Amino acid sequence: MRQYILKRLVISVITIWLIATCSFFLLHALPGNPFATQKMMSPEMLNKMMSYYGLDRPLMEQYITFMKNLLHGDFGYSLKYVGKSVNGVIAQTFPVSAQLGLQSYLLSFPVGICLGIVAARKRGRAIDYSLVAFSVLGVSVPVFILASLLQYVFAIRLKWLPVAQWKSFAYTILPTLTLAIGSIAGKTRTMRTLMLEVITEDYVKTAKAKGLSGLQIVWNHQIRNAIIPMIPSLGMEIVSILMGSFVVEQIYAVPGIGAYFVSSVQSLDYTMTLGLTVFFGVFVITANFIIDLIYGLIDPRIRVVK
Amino acid sequence: MEEHLLTVRNLRVSFDTYAGEVQAVRGVSFYLDEGETLAIVGESGCGKSVTIQTIMKLLPTPPSRIKEGSICYQGKELTALSDKEMEEYRGKEFSMIFQDSMTSLNPTMRVGKQMIEGILRHQKISRGEAKKRAVELLGKVGLPNPELVYRRYPHTMSGGQRQRVMIAMAMACNPKILFADEPTTALDVTMQAQILDLMNQLKKELGTSILLITHDLGVVAKMADRIAVMYAGKVVEYGDARQIFYNPCHPYTWGLLGAMPNLIQDVKSELYAIPGTPPDLYAPPEGCAFAARCPYAMGACLKLDPEEYVCSDGHVSRCWLMDERAEEVTPPDGVPTLPRKSVPGKPSGNTLPEGGTAHE
Amino acid sequence: MTNSGISGVSGVELKQEDFVRLPKERNLSDAIVRPSVSYWSDVFRRIRSDKVAVMSLGIICIISLFAIFAPILCPYEYETTDLLHTNLAPCREHWFGTDSLGRDQWARVWIGARTSLLIGLGGAIVPQVIGIFLGGLSGYFGGWVDMLIMRIIDVGVCIPSLVYVTLIMLWLGSGPAAIILAIAITGWMDSARVVRGRMLQFKNREFVLAASTQGAGSLRIIFRHILPNILGQQVVSVSSAIPGAIFLEAYLSFIGLGIKSPMTSWGQLCQVGASFYRLYPYQLFIPGLLISITILAFYLFGNCLRDALDPHLRD
Repeated sequence: MRQYILKRLVISVITIWLIATCSFFLLHALPGNPFATQKMMSPEMLNKMMSYYGLDRPLMEQYITFMKNLLHGDFGYSLKYVGKSVNGVIAQTFPVSAQLGLQSYLLSFPVGICLGIVAARKRGRAIDYSLVAFSVLGVSVPVFILASLLQYVFAIRLKWLPVAQWKSFAYTILPTLTLAIGSIAGKTRTMRTLMLEVITEDYVKTAKAKGLSGLQIVWNHQIRNAIIPMIPSLGMEIVSILMGSFVVEQIYAVPGIGAYFVSSVQSLDYTMTLGLTVFFGVFVITANFIIDLIYGLIDPRIRVVK
Repeated sequence: MEEHLLTVRNLRVSFDTYAGEVQAVRGVSFYLDEGETLAIVGESGCGKSVTIQTIMKLLPTPPSRIKEGSICYQGKELTALSDKEMEEYRGKEFSMIFQDSMTSLNPTMRVGKQMIEGILRHQKISRGEAKKRAVELLGKVGLPNPELVYRRYPHTMSGGQRQRVMIAMAMACNPKILFADEPTTALDVTMQAQILDLMNQLKKELGTSILLITHDLGVVAKMADRIAVMYAGKVVEYGDARQIFYNPCHPYTWGLLGAMPNLIQDVKSELYAIPGTPPDLYAPPEGCAFAARCPYAMGACLKLDPEEYVCSDGHVSRCWLMDERAEEVTPPDGVPTLPRKSVPGKPSGNTLPEGGTAHE
Repeated sequence: MTNSGISGVSGVELKQEDFVRLPKERNLSDAIVRPSVSYWSDVFRRIRSDKVAVMSLGIICIISLFAIFAPILCPYEYETTDLLHTNLAPCREHWFGTDSLGRDQWARVWIGARTSLLIGLGGAIVPQVIGIFLGGLSGYFGGWVDMLIMRIIDVGVCIPSLVYVTLIMLWLGSGPAAIILAIAITGWMDSARVVRGRMLQFKNREFVLAASTQGAGSLRIIFRHILPNILGQQVVSVSSAIPGAIFLEAYLSFIGLGIKSPMTSWGQLCQVGASFYRLYPYQLFIPGLLISITILAFYLFGNCLRDALDPHLRD
């Protein structure tokens, strides 16, 4: 187990280093001058800017500075908004995104699992078919369509909820729901499949042969064994919620990190884009690492095998 | 007619699959008395597991369904019971040991917890008492350090140890009938003998009846009082263990016995193997299901399924060879035989209840 | 005792000549076995009999036909602006209306369909081909090749795909090729792993050993003996990767990393449509609906195909 953790840790560190290095050299290989898009800039101004950002020094020196800063958790400065650091943006916007992500996570996990269990238990009945239909539709509709649709129906037409922005809990409902629906659909489907797989396992038959009631079997034997294979997918879930949050934040004008990322992409703010990319990379890798550890703790078989 | 502990009459079970109906069990009848061991023998896919899982109602419905037939336990009709009512029987009156102890124990639950589940379900005792009972049982099935075993996970134990745990679990509530579905197939030979001894010992101690399913005639010889040979969803021959072993009447049984390695036999002589494969139960043949593979097949075998012929008291074979019109045949080498004295006629009263033939 | 009782019921009379032994040579065990059907024709039979599969395949065909022919038959060019007729609602002249520059939405939607479907197919096939190639190498030859490829994958799968995609899109700029490349770079690793596993599994099978004892070279073994056995599964994973690729294109274009105007795709149309959708909802919801239907159809078809290829997985 310790060896396994160590191996994962080494791979994680190498990966983060790789992402950072790639981003750095990519930034410098990008065609044109990072300030070229900003008009009205005199040559002297440009030189000043170059030296302000340290862009006139040799590449290797810049790389070392960049890595040093990164080790201190410093992602650099925006090219567009003078004086705005990537760290500042993260500190300001990440809590908002984290709240949004967490809310939808906390909503989608239990709901998706419960719906999956219900569908598997009522297999072949009307409720199963409607849940399967829901889950198929849910994974087919792209998140930006869903976001616009929900906004259009519940905020603009019915006026039940605020259209956009992030001021109180009521403002968080639609973005959370948008993010959650897709992931509920996916979880329902996975959980249903896993439950149906577990039902055919011999130990479920053993439990039945012991005279346990249907509910006891579901509770003590099926659910735990069905949930375990879902744990590694939680990492991917984080990525997909993260990706979803980018457009959701943009559509609902949520001042989160995703909206910043999208606007930095659209306004060609390279340092901001790369800084945020590295941040996402680190975030996702760390999250996956932690999920792997939890997986090892929950499944007794892993402890011996790995 | 005397009352048997368990009587199965003309049981037919089918599975509805997307490709059509699979007739897994096609009219099986047998009975089981208190304290005796009945072995159902046959190759894989012949419907023996389906039969006992149907008795315990372990098969999910759909796809499986009982087409007709009755299962009578201590005078009560089990086919009429709901799943809820059946829970009272499972684990308490009947219990079951499966072939693969690795997959039949929940891998994420400690052994002890899996044991007391069943005990708490059927006995009104506290959790502490249940634990005491579980540890006692684990000791009784010959596991050293039962307290330690109680806290272990199944995958940390050997196959033989796990099968002992399965037996302890099955015996937890002193069941009347123990269904054992190929309990030793997944074990190596020395372990097999130990597990079989353990089962025999518990049977004697507690007076439990055993319904054993196997394809291993060695196991049958060690355990069974009576034997039913199944082929393609039907019982083709049944009788006492002695009758089946020393005077088999059905060519399929000859094949099974001939295919068994024999120490007395000449080393150079080839083992007999039954050619071909069992029929597809999507579309079972009209005549005898074994006809296609039977070296003694006659025209009648293709036309009509044979009825039951009584070979001797309590020994019945379903084969047209037993008919007086058929010429006498000698079984292949290596199959013990006694001179044939077939008594074609109605099934004898005590073995087969009315309506036992497959021709209704 | 006679057999009359029984024969009476079933209508078959047994006579003395029925009790004559049949000749030994009759090969009856073959006669009752179902007719043998080749693997692929069995697959087609199952797909044909599956309503959902037929329906989703029909939808895919219709959308593809429109994508091919609709722009040719349409009197408007997808990039011609007409500032006199901007933001028209769907009408007789412009079936899907016009956008804020007066471009015909009908033409743009079907040109966009070409881009999206192209990326969908390319994004599913290209990584699969790379994966089969590298995974096959890795699994068949083992040794340092295997070691190298597996270590790359170990590190590679840790990097979130979003990071790759962002970096590649910044580097290569927009365009279908860049998106396919971005998908390929992230996607090949999973299929390589699967193919490697299957390769290892088949490498030691008896029929492969038999072929190699008969002097078949590595290439022949790989292409004639092993690949045909692996292919079925890979066809399934291609078909189930298509909706993912279509979705990713739409997503990237939507956040501004993908296709850019005047070139168009469904994602790009949605991006443009989203900024005006409160005034002109049709500009967002028509391409949005098409994306959803296409993804749905491919998704359902992929599931049916998987069931048809591997009946054991079927529920």
